[in-house]
Amino acid sequence: MAARIADRRPFPLQALLVGLLILWLVIAAFPFLWTLWGSFKVEGDFFSKADWSNALTGPLTQVETGGSFTGQGYEGAWVLNEFWRAALNTLIVVVSVVTISLTFGTLGGYALARSGYRYVFWILIVALVFRAMPHVTLVSGYLLPFYQWNLWGHLPTAIIVLVAINQPFTLWMLTSFFQNIPKDLDESAMVDGCSRFQAFRLVIIPVMWPGVITTGLFSFLLAYNDFAVTAMLLNQENQTMIPKIASFLGTTQTKGNVMFAVSAVVSATAPLFVLVMFFQRQIVSGLTAGAVKG
Amino acid sequence: MKHKTFLWFILPSATAMLLFIALPIVSVLIQSVYAPHEQVIREVESCNVFGCTKSTIIDVEATRALSEGAPMGRFVGAGIFTDRSHLATDEIAEIWSASPGVGAFLSRVMNLPFYGALAFTLTYTAFVTPLSILLGFAIALSVNAIPRLLRGPAIFFSLLPMIVTPLVGALILFWMVDARGILGAVLQSMSGDPDLSIKASTPLMWIMLIVYGVWASAPFAFVVYYAGLQTVPQDTLESAMIDGATRWQRLRFVIIPHLLPLTTFLLLIKIMDNFRVFEPIVSFNAGAHAKSLSYFIYSDLSSTNQLLSSAAATSVLTILGIVVLLSPVIIRTWKSFGRTA
Amino acid sequence: MTKSIRGLALSALLGTTMFAGAAYADCGISAGKVSIIGNDFPAIHTVVNAAAGCATGAVEVKSNLTADHQKLNAPGMTANPAEYTSAVVASSSIVPLMSAGLIRPLDELIAAHGADIPKSQLITIDGKVMAVAFMANAQHLFYRKDLLEAAGVAAPATYDELLAAAEKIRAGGMATPFCSTYKAGWNLGEEFVNTYLGLGGDFFKPGTAEPAINNENGVAALELMKALTGYMSPDYLTFDSNIATAEYEAGNCALMTLWGSRAGALMDGKDSAPGVAENTVAAAAPSAGGNSFPATTLWWDGWTVATNISDEDAVATFLAMKAGTAPSILTADTMGQAVWLLDGYTPSPEAQGISASIAGGARPYPMEPYMGAMHTALGDNIADFLAGKEDAAQALADIEAAYVTAAKESGFLQ
Repeated sequence: MAARIADRRPFPLQALLVGLLILWLVIAAFPFLWTLWGSFKVEGDFFSKADWSNALTGPLTQVETGGSFTGQGYEGAWVLNEFWRAALNTLIVVVSVVTISLTFGTLGGYALARSGYRYVFWILIVALVFRAMPHVTLVSGYLLPFYQWNLWGHLPTAIIVLVAINQPFTLWMLTSFFQNIPKDLDESAMVDGCSRFQAFRLVIIPVMWPGVITTGLFSFLLAYNDFAVTAMLLNQENQTMIPKIASFLGTTQTKGNVMFAVSAVVSATAPLFVLVMFFQRQIVSGLTAGAVKG
Repeated sequence: MKHKTFLWFILPSATAMLLFIALPIVSVLIQSVYAPHEQVIREVESCNVFGCTKSTIIDVEATRALSEGAPMGRFVGAGIFTDRSHLATDEIAEIWSASPGVGAFLSRVMNLPFYGALAFTLTYTAFVTPLSILLGFAIALSVNAIPRLLRGPAIFFSLLPMIVTPLVGALILFWMVDARGILGAVLQSMSGDPDLSIKASTPLMWIMLIVYGVWASAPFAFVVYYAGLQTVPQDTLESAMIDGATRWQRLRFVIIPHLLPLTTFLLLIKIMDNFRVFEPIVSFNAGAHAKSLSYFIYSDLSSTNQLLSSAAATSVLTILGIVVLLSPVIIRTWKSFGRTA
Repeated sequence: MTKSIRGLALSALLGTTMFAGAAYADCGISAGKVSIIGNDFPAIHTVVNAAAGCATGAVEVKSNLTADHQKLNAPGMTANPAEYTSAVVASSSIVPLMSAGLIRPLDELIAAHGADIPKSQLITIDGKVMAVAFMANAQHLFYRKDLLEAAGVAAPATYDELLAAAEKIRAGGMATPFCSTYKAGWNLGEEFVNTYLGLGGDFFKPGTAEPAINNENGVAALELMKALTGYMSPDYLTFDSNIATAEYEAGNCALMTLWGSRAGALMDGKDSAPGVAENTVAAAAPSAGGNSFPATTLWWDGWTVATNISDEDAVATFLAMKAGTAPSILTADTMGQAVWLLDGYTPSPEAQGISASIAGGARPYPMEPYMGAMHTALGDNIADFLAGKEDAAQALADIEAAYVTAAKESGFLQ
């Protein structure tokens, strides 16, 4: 696609925007880069109360390990504490939550966007009120019935709960995306003899990806970073990454292994980089394609 | 769309929400108007490795006898909502009649837990919502202005505040803003005050929580706006250009109106999330300086002596608060909905 | 990765990972299900791993060790049959389980299968054994003997001496000589409980749930806490155990009150500035207000057996937990994990602080069913006083009002 005329900017404006972006990227990425660097130090250096520059120079790392960098944190998390099990559980949870959320959400969102009746508005408002419910209260309400019916502790339980909690957001977001897809597309298909579902499947699904991928990104991040639900509803062998990381942090009475947590967080971020790089193309190209058709 | 078709399309989503959100909300509503039965206590001797002491215990049998036939507990109506931990109606009336002026009245009302928390929650919402949306919009415009090849990494790094789990992200930031941490030291040298400590001062703690809130939620606004910017109709932009519209006019009259529905969406979601602010307060150990409604719920539920009714009542008040805050946006949506329907 | 690093990290974790291999092939269990819930720290891992050694083809042993155990154990044991057959609890967390009738008296099981459990380990309430304790804990004093010597002061035995010592050390150039866990919430409430009980106060009118803290002991406790904050970092209201530890290990304070269970990590020399670990001494908590006993509260950790399970599972659970807390779990690696209450435990220098606090006659953490509500009210309402926003009388009035609200809701007060 050739550069669009409207995209050309005078130099000062371009410089301002790029400057702003660089500033933001520094602010956004600095704590992470600091953590990345610090994950190769010992706790006494990275979490130093004596002098912050210890995190850079690492005097205690030198004393305790004999080198400027150490992989103890990574070794502790991945080898000794079998963090990969938690990573695997997270993978299962995240893939299932995203798939189910988007399946339910696209069906519901499409219906809400295409039905002209007033009740659609009320369904959306009720979904919004549902979303206002604090998660801690929701989760503490689940415990007794889940224990009673032997549902507690299993991955599918946590998955369906995360899907449900995520539905209001997914519905709202996908509804607004579907509203942007012209009605003529699927209505002309129906005039040609398609059923509503066929029109959805054959005409809408091919053009809906930008919205779905953006929504999927947020479903993904919700499931990936969830602590309230997974910490309370999963038993130990089904533990996902975030509760596992929390368990490295220790309790009031006993010291934990904070560097295990730091290393685990850093290494859990790498696959996301690949994921974002892969899907950002889909977001851009897909959306532009949809808009051109419109 | 026909009602029946609509029903089939919405069914999976609606079932999930009804089972896992609507039912719990109903049970929370019921819980908030019932309190546990009167507890029968008696004095006993308890002995352990440290010796024997007189103590009290709950007489399980006698208490169970009291609750026979009324498993829900005592019906207290709005009793929990109006008690001192929530709306504190009696206390407010008392303070009102005892206070010489409005200033004294307000400062004493702020000493009541619910109103103190409400003050912080509203301040936080009022600052973080607009600031994070504006920042997200600015980032989206900037990312849109750089070469395509660089956009992927830029998106990823912009998303980092959202990706790194708050559990550890906030822990590291907490250490960085410490008086001896890297950001704390930078602030000290910038302000010229070597004793400046964010964690010791309530106003600075509030500002830090707000800055953190903006930092952590700007990426969300950014992604939504960035996706929205890709759908701005190019032909409208180009014809506006041919008509001699300046860059600012194109932004003002083409791009911003196009992004308005997304802004409504962001407002709804962000107001809701910010009103439920909780994680930063815990991660920054800020409980002494700032409490929020969600913090109370958490505190009620994690106490050894769980206060389920109190947590339920605070949850209901949180939902009501959100509905009130959202009502202008909802009414706007209602009107625009009427137009499209 | 070099071998030495692997060895180092391994030995640090030995207690948690290696014990799965220690098999107690015969615990005398014929059949049944054992499911343990408890907090997540090394000593409990040791107990649970030893209990897991009882597993056979007919005996299933599983566990869920998590920091959220207190929120999970009651619902999990209310279900019938209960998800958890045993909860590992502490002095405070046994109370809600007992109040709801979710744990069973152990007298019959002890008579039939546990005659060899030492009497001193039994937690007896109203004449019934409700739990078997296996470790003790308390907050007590840590001090740097080099810095105290340099300042020319003896180890403080009372809070007055501690304040005087802190003043002298500060005069020598250390800005914040005292560290403690004053983080608003549970930690701050716990500090008040320690101080107030140390002054001889009682939280409730005898035999009732009526609060009784608005008195001279309450004011004295608050004033003492405020005096101590004068020697602490200005950030003291954010100090939890991790931060206090980091401050101390960086050499920023000379005196600290902290949990005895953290003594091992404090004195192992790992992650601390040169000279800190080797000069650290664990001592009894200081006494307060002219009393002779340390101003701290004693805590125990112990195991229980659920009510809503079959008798077969109860026997299996009892035997497995008995095996899990048998003296044979004490090895060179596990000895230092806690102050064990088991036969054969030999205290190390790290355990000195807890032992001395027990010997000094410190009071146990109160077990009234409404103490949880009091603790929460304390944790939420003291910060304003310490920060100078209100006076002691107002703080105590706020605490009482908050407590009364919670106690009324729970049905303890009319």
